[in-house]
Amino acid sequence: MSTDTPIVLLGEREAVRPRVREAAQRPTLGRFVLTLIALFTFAFLYVPIVVLVLFSFNSARTGAVWQGFTLQWYERLFNNPRILDAALNSLIVALVSTAASVVIGTLMAMAMERYRFRFQSVWDGLLYMPVIIPEIVMGISLLLFFAAIRLERGLITLIISHVAFCMPFVYLTMRARLADFDRSLEEAAQDLGADEWTTFRRITLPLLMPGIVSSALLAFTLSLDDFVISFFVTGVGSQTLPVYIWGQIRRGITPEINAISTVMLILSFVLVSLSHALQQRTSAR
Amino acid sequence: MMQALREHPSLRVAALMAPGAFWLLLFFLAPLTIMGVISFLSRDAQGFPTPPYTLENYLTIVRDIRFAPSLSFEGGLHVRLFEGLYLDLLWRSIWLSLLSTLLTLLLAFPVALFMAQLPRRYRNLALFAVMIPFWTNFLVRTYALQFMLRANGPINTLLRALGLPPLELIFTPTAVMIGLVYGNLPFMILPLYTSLEKFDWTMMEAAHDLGADTWRAFTRVMLPLISPGLVAGSILTFVPAIGSYITVDLMGGGRTNLIGYSIAQQFSASVNWPFGSALALVMMVIVTIAAVLYFRSARGTQRVLI
Amino acid sequence: MAEYAVELRDVTKVFGDVVAVDHVSMAVRPGEFFAMLGPSGCGKTTSLRMIAGFERPTSGEIYIDGKPMGNTPPFRRNVNTVFQSYALFPHLTVEQNISFGLEMKGVPRDEIKRRVREVLELVRLPQMANRYPRQMSGGQQQRVALARALVNRPKVLLLDEPLGALDAKLRKEMQIELKNLQREVGITFIFVTHDQEEALTMSDRIAVFSKGRVLQIGTPLEIYERPANRFVADFIGETNFLDGVVKEVNGEMAVIEVNGRRFVGRAGEGVRPGVRASLSVRPEKLQLLDQPSGSPNCYEVTVSSIAYVGSDTRVIVRLGDQMIDVWEQNSISTLDPNYFFGPGEQAWLSFPPENGLILVD
Repeated sequence: MSTDTPIVLLGEREAVRPRVREAAQRPTLGRFVLTLIALFTFAFLYVPIVVLVLFSFNSARTGAVWQGFTLQWYERLFNNPRILDAALNSLIVALVSTAASVVIGTLMAMAMERYRFRFQSVWDGLLYMPVIIPEIVMGISLLLFFAAIRLERGLITLIISHVAFCMPFVYLTMRARLADFDRSLEEAAQDLGADEWTTFRRITLPLLMPGIVSSALLAFTLSLDDFVISFFVTGVGSQTLPVYIWGQIRRGITPEINAISTVMLILSFVLVSLSHALQQRTSAR
Repeated sequence: MMQALREHPSLRVAALMAPGAFWLLLFFLAPLTIMGVISFLSRDAQGFPTPPYTLENYLTIVRDIRFAPSLSFEGGLHVRLFEGLYLDLLWRSIWLSLLSTLLTLLLAFPVALFMAQLPRRYRNLALFAVMIPFWTNFLVRTYALQFMLRANGPINTLLRALGLPPLELIFTPTAVMIGLVYGNLPFMILPLYTSLEKFDWTMMEAAHDLGADTWRAFTRVMLPLISPGLVAGSILTFVPAIGSYITVDLMGGGRTNLIGYSIAQQFSASVNWPFGSALALVMMVIVTIAAVLYFRSARGTQRVLI
Repeated sequence: MAEYAVELRDVTKVFGDVVAVDHVSMAVRPGEFFAMLGPSGCGKTTSLRMIAGFERPTSGEIYIDGKPMGNTPPFRRNVNTVFQSYALFPHLTVEQNISFGLEMKGVPRDEIKRRVREVLELVRLPQMANRYPRQMSGGQQQRVALARALVNRPKVLLLDEPLGALDAKLRKEMQIELKNLQREVGITFIFVTHDQEEALTMSDRIAVFSKGRVLQIGTPLEIYERPANRFVADFIGETNFLDGVVKEVNGEMAVIEVNGRRFVGRAGEGVRPGVRASLSVRPEKLQLLDQPSGSPNCYEVTVSSIAYVGSDTRVIVRLGDQMIDVWEQNSISTLDPNYFFGPGEQAWLSFPPENGLILVD
């Protein structure tokens, strides 16, 4: 769907099998070139990020000359009520839309994976669409929709929109998990005397929990990172953090932006680490 | 109630589907429909939609087309056969998006291959290193790149310190191309890596054993087997590229116009909602074609895009 | 106590337009070790799942302990299942897995503890209570699955290919162990398998399934020695079929003509003069002789190939254009190659009439 959305949670279900060919390990010219390109690409990906983080500690107001270490930009950050407001908005929107899309998306995945019904393929296609279409289209269509129904733009419109684009990702993640789910476990529980609700509570839910947590992390990240859609459906007093950052960048680069970007980078880092650790633990089972 | 739900699976389906279906229909399909309707409306003095219905918005896109083949350099080699204001925009968008997809692939494939051949311990580390930019805020990452390439950014500062002339890096078509590749690299590496990681290398040995040289083993055995990852990565790169707004603005300064950016313009700088809706619909058609191609080629094989 | 532990009366199950189980009736006696045997897709597993309550019959009725089950959900049926994949809960320890059913019944904590300990002794895994399923071998997991079901003391234990995932050696051991265990606990076992040897080894009675129908129900001896039809004869053990036409029937015996040669054998059901039928005779029930015997079923054949397999010698002979398997038990120890028939040699193939079975398809 979008530029800043991790569409694929890849490899999380597959156990890593070492199938490396012996010959591939031998140092050859091809391998040397491969390593060189790989290292260059990693550098390309990381140097701008690292430089940005470094300069968030630079005491120079303008320019790219190092003038000494400072924490003053962070200090200003945490004393700027507009930033704190935007961060709070982001957090509220992300938490509420994560909770809603995890519930809605999981229920839908259950229905789609476990039953056969009419127009199922239509729903399947419809659930894929928000993932595929560019977020700019989703942003403006929601803008037009809210204008048409005269719903004032604010936190409500933000949450509605975020659920609309997070939910399909939850759905797809949970559907993959449910496809792997061994249904004989539920039958075994019922066979041992557990009714439907007890089976769900004692067996299904605990076993789906890793999937639910990782899809929640995905939804949370998507919501927290979204700029384009939020940009179109946000109101005057309900700016999210990315929308606020965008406004600041448009007004010119300041060290505060570097600092707030660094904070967001750290947040992403924490979220990735969490989901990575979760995957490692799940695949270790 | 439990009894009723147990007896009637259709009731269970309805109960499970209801919230999601409601949300999708009301907050996804309805907005798109409204957008479609508005694309056939006229604009009032402020640029907002108003009756009567008209095809004008679509006609504007195809108006004044001339046959004028040309070659130029805009962030990459640019070939044109026809000329026309919005046709140029569409063609440039598709062309540059394809080009950026190809460039991204050229960088991502060696990385994915390199990663897939690492010993297991390092492989997880490398995967983690790709996951971080994958999950990191796109705006922040693009901003970081803009910061690097600015007129008085670190690169030019370094050049000046070395007594070299500064480079005009930012706000050029090339900067947009670099931005697209930079932004979308993780979306290409990950699906490719997933396919390659599952690839059974003894297949290549089998191909060599049967007399295929490296190139033919690659094209006849490896490529078909990793094509799901290849196609998924390409879609994940192409779609955001053609719809890109942040990159076009931050890296190109709005000077290299792509359709996604142009659409946004109709809703902010120059207000023309009906025309913006029409452009958005055209872009959806392009993206849908790409998506259909994806599902075609991924049919029968395992989908990598979740 | 009801006469039957489980009874299926005219049960049919249809999935879409596939008839998985087709008017099946059978009755399992209390304390019996009962096998449902058949190739995959024959309806045996679906029948088992209907007894457990995971599927509902499209028509017909299932009785457990004399009571019609109707729409009774699985958790209200006094049966327990050992799943083919074991279906051990991966997030629970062995002890928690085994306790699950007792907890559901509201059995007091200390009694649960005691019974779990007992059943772990029974399946010889007393040290494993705190392990997780993934920390155990396949054979151990199999025992836990068994323990988890048995601890509830169900009226009937249902086993869906419980040994299918084990390797051949462990399988043989578990066959005997399972049989002993069943005697010890005295619970009715209904057992689904596609392995005829397993069914013959373990069961008191066997129901042979094919294409959704029960073809024969009987003891292992009956099933092997008196198969009701061609499919059962073919599916259980090895046999030779000689196709021909029934010429005459005399009480239990009948005469069949196969390519102009007449054979006498036992008459199966539906054998009347003039009908097309097959003579089924098992390879170990045939003899190869140097000279003709007095049997009416004695013809000269050509030895086509022989294979020495240790316990016996497997000879393929040609009678006209028909190839026939003959297994000769190696009851004499010898290194003399001339003791055996060689390829191309002539011999006399013979069997007493009781060893042949004339079956209508």
